[in-house]
Amino acid sequence: MNLLEIEDLSVEVDGKRILDGVDLEIPEGESHVLFGPNGSGKTSILMTILGFPDYKVVSGRIRFDGVDITNMSIDERVKRGMGIAFQRPPAIRGVKLGDIVHNFLKSDAEAMKKEAELCDALKFEKEFLSRDLNRGFSGGEMKKSEILQVLAQKPKFAMLDEPDSGVDIENLAIIGKVINNFLKESSGLLITHVGYILRYVEVDKGHVLIKGEIACSGEPIKILDQILKEGYGWCEKCLQIKGWCKNVNR
Amino acid sequence: MDGVKNVYKLKGGVRMSTDRERVLKVEDKPATLGPDLDIREFTREAKAWSACPVPLLPKDIVLQSLSAGIRADEKDRVGTYFQIDHSVVFQGIQKVFEGKIDLMSTKDAFNKYDWFKDYWWRLVQPDTDKYTALAERNWDHGYFIRVLEGQKVTLPLQSCLFVSKDGLNQNVHNIIILEPEAEAQVITGCVVHPNVQKGLHVGVSEFYLKKGAKLTFTMIHNWSQNFHVRPRTAVLIEDEAKFVNNYICLKPVKSLQMYPVAYCKGVDSKVRFNSILYGGGNSYIDFGAKIVLQGAGSRGEVISNAIASDRAQIYARGLLVGEHSESKAHLECRGLLLSDKALIHAVPELTAKVGGTELSHEAAVGKIGEDQVQYLMARGFSEADARSLIVRGFMDVTIFGLPDELKDGIKRIVDEAVKGAL
Repeated sequence: MNLLEIEDLSVEVDGKRILDGVDLEIPEGESHVLFGPNGSGKTSILMTILGFPDYKVVSGRIRFDGVDITNMSIDERVKRGMGIAFQRPPAIRGVKLGDIVHNFLKSDAEAMKKEAELCDALKFEKEFLSRDLNRGFSGGEMKKSEILQVLAQKPKFAMLDEPDSGVDIENLAIIGKVINNFLKESSGLLITHVGYILRYVEVDKGHVLIKGEIACSGEPIKILDQILKEGYGWCEKCLQIKGWCKNVNR
Repeated sequence: MDGVKNVYKLKGGVRMSTDRERVLKVEDKPATLGPDLDIREFTREAKAWSACPVPLLPKDIVLQSLSAGIRADEKDRVGTYFQIDHSVVFQGIQKVFEGKIDLMSTKDAFNKYDWFKDYWWRLVQPDTDKYTALAERNWDHGYFIRVLEGQKVTLPLQSCLFVSKDGLNQNVHNIIILEPEAEAQVITGCVVHPNVQKGLHVGVSEFYLKKGAKLTFTMIHNWSQNFHVRPRTAVLIEDEAKFVNNYICLKPVKSLQMYPVAYCKGVDSKVRFNSILYGGGNSYIDFGAKIVLQGAGSRGEVISNAIASDRAQIYARGLLVGEHSESKAHLECRGLLLSDKALIHAVPELTAKVGGTELSHEAAVGKIGEDQVQYLMARGFSEADARSLIVRGFMDVTIFGLPDELKDGIKRIVDEAVKGAL
């Protein structure tokens, strides 16, 4: 059964088309990766799936866990089991990272234990929980804070937006392993521009997004190799001649 | 001196001090800021309250004062001063602190100490405006706190200035002295009874921090829709002394105008003004802080977080004056607008009088960022809960740097007030 089904999805922001007829299916228990050059619309897909109001769905629909969620509010979608680690989260003065983590973990005694485990796994100082969200966090700290929140939430479906950008090699390994462990037990959609995270995270399928359209789908490692060899220019050609790139399509 | 001392002894009688002559000239002088008030609209008639332990006061008074951080049971408090209208109902410190701390009404202080006059109307001038003049002419006690040399008092002293009668004018004059190397926490709650709508509170406060002294002064104001408030505060900070002023005002008020000033006179003297304000209803609030850097190595900081909802108008001011070449201060005014009918006007000002002084400011006024609301919704909060979390975060009391026993109580007060207001 598909956990997420996106059908012919077109989206506009401020009247400008940013996604055009996107189809995407992610079966329950699978995790997919979305590749694409800067500005191709990768983050826009995540924002639309989660229902950010600036992303206006002009056609198509999104089904999650058997329910049409196209017109639901963000928090309703989250309550149904969606979670996200943002690429560039806002800083919020006075709101503590702990406020969010505790809201997910509920029970106090259990929360403290769970919280400690999650921080340990991410090698993330517990002191960050009492700090204002993302204020003065380094790039790596911000990524860890985002992943910590997703882990505390334990969503059925996790969207991870470029968890490998701006992270040093040591932290990349830590973050990658944590994400991999998590996705083994759930489903997700991972965005990566450069693919570093795939050294640590196993995914079932890859997709390439070019100019708001899915250019191809297939074996993630094959796609990544091709991108690393030929660059995204190659994918643009692929988009012009659909099905041209037979070696990666399943 | 005798003239001033007689002031108390001749309670209600004619005073012939220089102060009296000076104030006669300014009885109609409006303040430079804030709406002008007709003082005759308020009554001076109040019943006399007899002395009484705080827990035995009427329940509604005890409860209301708790909303401003005043604990009737005196748990975790070193001493208490409690004034209702024009009467001192309680003043006392715990036995172990006797001989280490003075806590009494300023009228008692005049009787007890000859030197007290040296601290009276020294930092605030009685002829500043009609409100200081009023406080000089019709003076209704106020607290005197003095921490003796070297005494470090970690638990707070508390003081409550309560108005129980509708339409009343209450004028207090407070003095705090920290002798060299003394340390103290003071929490003051200015509160009105739930039945009080209208009134005028004038509070003159003069604080003296001597060499190496440290004072954290936390003031909570809980007023009412038609109440007017005119505090007049000045602080003198000597060598290596440090003053932290925390101010919280969460309930609507008809008009509040205050612009306290701290003189960092000493070498390495430090001051920090933190304010958290929530202006609701038709509140008119004009507040701020001035810092005058006079000593070598003096440092100052002003941080104000103000929220305006409904039709509130808030003027958030700050003035840093650098008079010494080795001095530094920073000013931050943040304003959050929750309604299109409300207004926040930030006025940050810097005056450098010598080269070498480093003065800076930041001011940011606006609505709640939608990106922040959506981010929190992506963490499962409803839109209303997300907004409330951001508002409460904006009023984060951790900026005060208070000890836990005070911080937790004040956080509860802020959370309750914000919950009620939203």
